[in-house]
Amino acid sequence: MLDTFLFYAFAVLVLGGGVLTITRRSAVHSAVWLIVSLLGVAGLYLLQQAEFLFAVQIVLYVGGIMVLFLFVIMLVNLDQAARERQFNRQWLVALVAVAAVGAALAYFLYRGASAFHVAEATTAVMQNQGNTQMVADSLFSEYLLPFELASILLLVAVVGSVIMAKKRI
Amino acid sequence: MHPVGTVHYLALSAALLLIGTVGVLTRRNIVIILMSIELILNAVNINLIAFSHALHNINGQVFAIFVITDAVAEAAVGLGILIALFRNKETVQADEIDLLKW
Repeated sequence: MLDTFLFYAFAVLVLGGGVLTITRRSAVHSAVWLIVSLLGVAGLYLLQQAEFLFAVQIVLYVGGIMVLFLFVIMLVNLDQAARERQFNRQWLVALVAVAAVGAALAYFLYRGASAFHVAEATTAVMQNQGNTQMVADSLFSEYLLPFELASILLLVAVVGSVIMAKKRI
Repeated sequence: MHPVGTVHYLALSAALLLIGTVGVLTRRNIVIILMSIELILNAVNINLIAFSHALHNINGQVFAIFVITDAVAEAAVGLGILIALFRNKETVQADEIDLLKW
């Protein structure tokens, strides 16, 4: 019962924050609503017993990426942009296309809803270790190579963004 | 009231994906387009975590970590490009950037 209530509360946070993110005129307001939405997603992680990802979501997204966004918003002068037209000319086509995709997704979810109960019938066997320990075990044994590749990706991204943002190399 | 199952999470994730797609397709401000991409990646993560929970399999959570890594790299490079663009063109509107259009 409490789970149900919390799920709907977080769902309202996520979807309301998302809608307000894409409709606000000022980019700072958008960023604040995006933070609300990301915190809602973090709450959903906690409901799904992914405690490590809950911490990662808050520290990395809300603490890292959003600060990066706010820095750039302050760096780039957005006053002019806030006074102009906010939506581009093909918005109606975009809405129709997204509505079509949404109808397809809703149809598949409606028809496939019964298929997901198969997975839920199995009893919980995985909580004999902590969540963080299990994630780390998997990350450093089975996914060691992708983990190292991700570090190279981050290195390339760091070098690339510095080169891009610097005036004279 | 139905108990919350995997399908509820999938429906929420689909809705968030659609909101992010609308943002990418309709907004002119590049900063908000990048934020919409973050929304889309979060929708993917909700999906992965929901299946990880339902199937009692940790791999979904590990994959979500990789998705978050990609989101960080994408945001850093995207915002770097945005700063370079603003220095050269004095605009952040996506439809005014038409250097490659004939």
